[in-house]
Amino acid sequence: MQRFLKSIQLRELLRPLGQMIAFSLGSSAVLSLIIIILALILDQTAVGASTMARFKVSLFSYTIVNLPQVLIDGLTLGFVYAAIALGYTMVYGVLEFINFAHSEIFAIGAFVGVEILIALKGREILSTEMSVGNAYWWLILALLAGMAAAGLAAVVVERLAYRPLRGAPRLVPLISAIGVSFFLQDAIRLIESITTGQFHRIIPTFGNFDQRLTFGSMPLGAGSISLGVQIKSLIVIIAAVVMLIGLNYLVNATKVGKAIRAVAQDRATASLMGIDVNHIIALTFLIGGMLGGAAGVLYALKFTRIDPFVGFFPGLKAFTAAVLGGIGNLTGALLGGIVLGLLETFAGTFMSIFTMGAAGAEYKDIFAFSILILVLIFRPHGLMGENVGQKA
Amino acid sequence: MKTLGTFSQEMLRRIQSGYMPYLVSILHALVGIYLVYTSPRSNIAFLIFISSLLTLYTVKTSAAYKVTAGVLLAVVVMPILGVRNIFYLEILFQICVFAALALGLNIVVGFAGLLDLGYVAFYAVGAYLWAFFGSQQYYVIPYAPGTQPADLPFLLPGDMFYLFLMLAVIIAAVTGILLGLPVLRLRGDYLAIVTLGFGEVIRVLANNLDKPWNITNGPQGITPIQRPTLPPAVVDLFNNTLGPVIGHPVKASDVYNVLFYLMALLIILVIILVARRLDDSKIGRAWTAIREDETAAIAMGIPLVRMKLAAFAAGASFAGAMGVMFAASRTFVSPESFSFMQSIGVLTMVILGGIGSIPGVILGAAVVVLLNLQVLQGLSLYLSQLRQSDAVIPIINFAWKNLSTQLDPAKYQRLLFGIILILMMIFRPAGLIPAARRQRELAVEESGD
Repeated sequence: MQRFLKSIQLRELLRPLGQMIAFSLGSSAVLSLIIIILALILDQTAVGASTMARFKVSLFSYTIVNLPQVLIDGLTLGFVYAAIALGYTMVYGVLEFINFAHSEIFAIGAFVGVEILIALKGREILSTEMSVGNAYWWLILALLAGMAAAGLAAVVVERLAYRPLRGAPRLVPLISAIGVSFFLQDAIRLIESITTGQFHRIIPTFGNFDQRLTFGSMPLGAGSISLGVQIKSLIVIIAAVVMLIGLNYLVNATKVGKAIRAVAQDRATASLMGIDVNHIIALTFLIGGMLGGAAGVLYALKFTRIDPFVGFFPGLKAFTAAVLGGIGNLTGALLGGIVLGLLETFAGTFMSIFTMGAAGAEYKDIFAFSILILVLIFRPHGLMGENVGQKA
Repeated sequence: MKTLGTFSQEMLRRIQSGYMPYLVSILHALVGIYLVYTSPRSNIAFLIFISSLLTLYTVKTSAAYKVTAGVLLAVVVMPILGVRNIFYLEILFQICVFAALALGLNIVVGFAGLLDLGYVAFYAVGAYLWAFFGSQQYYVIPYAPGTQPADLPFLLPGDMFYLFLMLAVIIAAVTGILLGLPVLRLRGDYLAIVTLGFGEVIRVLANNLDKPWNITNGPQGITPIQRPTLPPAVVDLFNNTLGPVIGHPVKASDVYNVLFYLMALLIILVIILVARRLDDSKIGRAWTAIREDETAAIAMGIPLVRMKLAAFAAGASFAGAMGVMFAASRTFVSPESFSFMQSIGVLTMVILGGIGSIPGVILGAAVVVLLNLQVLQGLSLYLSQLRQSDAVIPIINFAWKNLSTQLDPAKYQRLLFGIILILMMIFRPAGLIPAARRQRELAVEESGD
């Protein structure tokens, strides 16, 4: 036991935690500053007047009052994106290939987790009155089941649809991955339609996850806005943080992680050093898939409703996050996810009021794409990626 | 087993020599025509008929015979049979539309090797262009969707359609260049994601540009859209000459369908001509070089971005023209028709038929449309019949009646596209009819070892 404890490299546990705190605080501060300046400028224009007419407050105080809630929501979303983005970035790091089907791996995780919870609810094991401790145990069970199913699915997909194509031109596995993505979407729908008769599933309510912890309220015009955080948002953030630390430890402080990094750097040489490359690639898919599956269950917990196409937009945005941070770079994916989650929540909340209702939250999905395009034009290697040329 | 193999080879050889090819192709076409004519509701008859074109393509005959027979079948026989059963004309029209789109995408993906996952966006640009100018939408701008008065005038006369067919080519090409300029410097897989994003942007815009100004009428879509005028004399002429063969009086709307079908054929012809000339030109060789090895292509002095832009613009322009045709033929456009799934559907056609191969892409479009409209919808019909019956699956004792109504095979296009894409990539990446260049490469690989 003593030796085991000694072998843990504390540094590798603390470093990612520090990074996460730094990234969260840093990007929150930067974005808040931008939005506050924007609000101050727009306050002098017609936008400020219309806000005054609608809410009886200046645009500046409207922004300030809404800001804390937006930051909390944005960080929650950001950690979900980060967990998905890590799956893209790990596979890209090892194979230089966009695993297009990762969004469906995410959906598989969500469905398995939710179906288990629905089944438990059907057997009256779960209820709103159950003890809080039990509720958490069942949730962890669902999370683990979702992870296992998604990880397995990712490995099977790699074995059947990607491995035979290794060494083919770049676009060939990408097209195969698109095929897998489409196939899985309808496969989920088919299975759900046959077994349950519908393919929209809603996570059952149990435990105290829907409760809101309030910290107080801020006055806004005549009324007031209460500040708080839903317990499930906290769960999402904590679960994501734990997983991200675990992944970081695995990759940076264990022997397996060393093998993964070796394969990512140079597959042929790694193979000469006695590393079973196929094994490591499968492992990469397993880890990425497990993270994606866990993100799926967390997403279902946060947004309650899922369908077979649920993975598409989170998947694309997570990919954007991975590119934003610098694809192939684990820390970058984390940063990219947090920044993108915050940006999207900011856009969803403030765009409507800043443009006087002309363009609102309905554009938040394409907001991510605009960022993707801008990043690719001006900084194709991302915020943290080093400038690497295309491997020949 | 071996004797069977040699026997079939011998048979094939005989069929491909002397007068046999002519006989076989004529026989196939005649049997198909007879079957469709006598039993216009049978899907199998239709499949036999339409596959006669494939026979015509594969047999070894003189080029003049092939062209004459093909034109005869496509321009004379198909409209007549199609008017007898309007559903077939619809299938033929869809095959033509998607063949044209697939041929356009083939220039981008097949010739230049740029994976475009948002190709339908350019189709949407064309469709919304004519939908806006060819309907009352210009006068609807101040009204929220559904609140406009009923008696608004049309902005332009229907015959402006032809002008917009040309305009759409230019505008779609410009859109392609505008999108391409920033993103074509990227590597292939990033480009795929960015074009995907662009496709979604166009769809979201079409969905949401009903406020603050109502330009696209939101998710409800724009209708009615005008068609080019059709003089009543044409309908009469059609009826007088072909009435006895068809068996029932033809309505103006059916003649419209024939008109659009023929127009689509014409556009396909133009696209094939342009694509072939391009492929054999300096530009085409530059595209091949880029597709095979970008670094080497740059080293050889090929202007990379300009060539990629040319491919992007060429592909986009055809999609734009088809979009105008689509809007006019349906008299209705809505954002739903331009989803990501449609882009992948067109890509599936290209991949299935053979990247870079013109006949292959047309075959791919035909197969996918037929699978989609005939097989999947046929399955749906069959399942709904089973649901109404008292039939039971014997061993597991499952009554068809209890089958969920959500299970509708016609909606499982993604499954179809997905399976086709995976299987083709793994087992036959060059497609059903590989491109001539690929065939030469494969021949070298086989003999060169």
